[in-house]
Amino acid sequence: MKSNVFAALALMLCVVSNPAWADGQEIEQLRQQLEQLKLEYNSKIEELEKRLRATEIANQQKPVEQATQAAPENVATGRDSVPAEASRSNSFNPDISLILDGRYSNFSQDPDSYEIPGFMLGAEAGPGTSGLALGHSELVISANADDKFYGRFTLAFGYHEGETEIEIEEAFFQTLGLNYGLTVRGGRFYSDIGYLNSQHQHQWDFADAPLVYRALFGNQLLDDGVQLTWLAPTDLYLSFGSELFQGSRFPLSAESGNGFGAYTLFAKTGGDVGDSNSWLAGISYLDADTGNRSSQDTHAHSEEEGDHDPVAFNGDSKTWGVDFVWKWAPNGNRRQRNLQLQYEYYQRKDDGWLTTGNESGSYRGDQSGWYAQAVYQFIPRWRLGMRYDALDSSASGSDDELISEAGLDNEGHKPQRFSLMTDWSNSEFSRFRLQYNRDESSPEVDNQWILQYLLGLGAHGAHQY
Amino acid sequence: MVKYFIVFSLSSVLFLSLPATAAMRVFACEPEWAALVKELAGDDVKVDSATRPSQDPHYVQARPSLISKIRRADLLVCTGADLEAGWLPLLLRKGSNKRIQVGQPGYLMIADTLRLKDIPASLDRSEGDVHAAGNPHLQTDPRNMLPAAEAIMKRLSMLDSENADLYRKNLAEFELRWQDAIAAWEQEAAPLRGVPVVVYHRSWVYLQDWLGLEEVASLEPKPGVPPGSSYLANVLGRTKGLSGLLIIHSQYQESKAINWFSSQSGAPVVLLPSTVGGTAEAKDLFSWYEDIVTRLLKAQGR
Repeated sequence: MKSNVFAALALMLCVVSNPAWADGQEIEQLRQQLEQLKLEYNSKIEELEKRLRATEIANQQKPVEQATQAAPENVATGRDSVPAEASRSNSFNPDISLILDGRYSNFSQDPDSYEIPGFMLGAEAGPGTSGLALGHSELVISANADDKFYGRFTLAFGYHEGETEIEIEEAFFQTLGLNYGLTVRGGRFYSDIGYLNSQHQHQWDFADAPLVYRALFGNQLLDDGVQLTWLAPTDLYLSFGSELFQGSRFPLSAESGNGFGAYTLFAKTGGDVGDSNSWLAGISYLDADTGNRSSQDTHAHSEEEGDHDPVAFNGDSKTWGVDFVWKWAPNGNRRQRNLQLQYEYYQRKDDGWLTTGNESGSYRGDQSGWYAQAVYQFIPRWRLGMRYDALDSSASGSDDELISEAGLDNEGHKPQRFSLMTDWSNSEFSRFRLQYNRDESSPEVDNQWILQYLLGLGAHGAHQY
Repeated sequence: MVKYFIVFSLSSVLFLSLPATAAMRVFACEPEWAALVKELAGDDVKVDSATRPSQDPHYVQARPSLISKIRRADLLVCTGADLEAGWLPLLLRKGSNKRIQVGQPGYLMIADTLRLKDIPASLDRSEGDVHAAGNPHLQTDPRNMLPAAEAIMKRLSMLDSENADLYRKNLAEFELRWQDAIAAWEQEAAPLRGVPVVVYHRSWVYLQDWLGLEEVASLEPKPGVPPGSSYLANVLGRTKGLSGLLIIHSQYQESKAINWFSSQSGAPVVLLPSTVGGTAEAKDLFSWYEDIVTRLLKAQGR
């Protein structure tokens, strides 16, 4: 290497001292050689410096300093911008996101007279308002409270019959990792039973809830309570959980006082199959000590029957169910194409009494339902979906009239529904959906068309499985 | 049955409370960080990559298998800067693992150790899925691997102090080899300086900066918004007459719009591996960048 340097110096001297000797072309050649040498020289020096430093590092036996999330010390080469101001008064603001949902609905039957023979319905369970209407807008605020707890608060806004309805949909804390894979949650939250139940409506693939959710859970099982889950330390996803609920909301409708009105048990498992497939399966059980469950859908019955109190069910209510989801995307890349298959089945057995005013009679009910759906994204932005819903129920008891008045007589009808949807998403934050339902919840067929928009403003939404 | 369950639960609790003598588990969000951890830790640690090269790391779901993996991880190595914003926070909440929560020694975001490019002056989603912290595709500049490697070495040493010397030695060796490799690639890639490129997504800004490529357009009108035909026609008009134009995309990006654009403009398409394993040739960190440079030079006709 030294000889190279000498040669270069000699050449340089020649060039400098004998300008007449070198013509333009040769000068160019020499320059190039010189550049070449410089490059080599520099890299060798760098290498030596590097080696020196490496040896130094290797010889240092001092402990490694604390790693911190402090300001970046290493400035990557060629940066052309500065980091955002490190501290601002709003730096600790929680994640805020707002979901806007609006729709145009066209029903061939009057949605106010909607009923499902054989089932009591919750207040929100129905096809919605016809014409242009706001859907289910949501404001979600969430953040880590500290190193141990995460909190989330969700307000839902609806507009119904001239009044704005605001509901606290979620308000809970959750631990961020206790020992042994345990997680505790407390407050108001969606139960983790089933697959769709814990998802927010805007994450669903259809504009409305499956009939079985509508009929058995009042769209979604939501209550105040505590939850404990355990995640097994295995390669296969295996999770067990239980919830204790106050149970004051429909359909649990428990009068629990100081105790708990309902509890759930659930187990989930899942994994990958090759690079392109993944699955999740679960079983759920819900046990409620129901005190006063009655149909919240006041339109259908109260008008006909004057000022009678609605017939209420009290007794033992046990629900169990299974859910299964299979997802496919070529090589796991969901961006271009993906397919999702989904199935859930629930059965509820009620055993107790029906009462209204002075009347009372025994009641045993067996209600069940399932849905299966497939949603296929065939090109970026566009998806197609298909869903089939079916319900079945039987009721027996001492007073058939009471059963009929409670809406628990299926009138020989087996409710079912067939749905088709297509949606277009400009980005992850906007979606427009067109859905058609042939709804046979009751014997009169209802042809339903729904055009819906969904926008997500603010914090990045979660890619929930 | 119940008895079995109790025995099983007790034994698993006992097993879990024993001091961890087993190998350290690292959960890397992208294959390049898994590869870098392997360079520094060899086979002494078990490394899982959450995403495969075939997946766009932004559009991953919090799958059950990932929850299981994060449950047992001792160290999380991810890009950060919101690249994993859609699924990592969810995994952290579902994985019930306190070792890798935000602020713990087991939580490492490489973007936090660097200054990023493309930090938006104003944050508005009308600009697409912009990341407040800056462009997160920092792995496409090999120079960024040096601070990344140092940060990983520090965390490995903290969490596994017994092997700290080994990690430090491995880092020193890696740095030497890496600097040599960078110098060699830079020399090789010198003819690429100033070459105009059309990208699919703005995921190559760090590579462009490193090799001096000139980005003239991206096929996505806004980050995260797939291209429409009128926008493509517009880009076609704007880039008409540029000589030596190359179209760059990575293995998981849509090929339809790219192929259409190529057939209309006549510019060659260059598939560049965005991570280790992105192409058959990109087997490890070294062959990955080697392949990027080779493919660019080949497309340029050299």
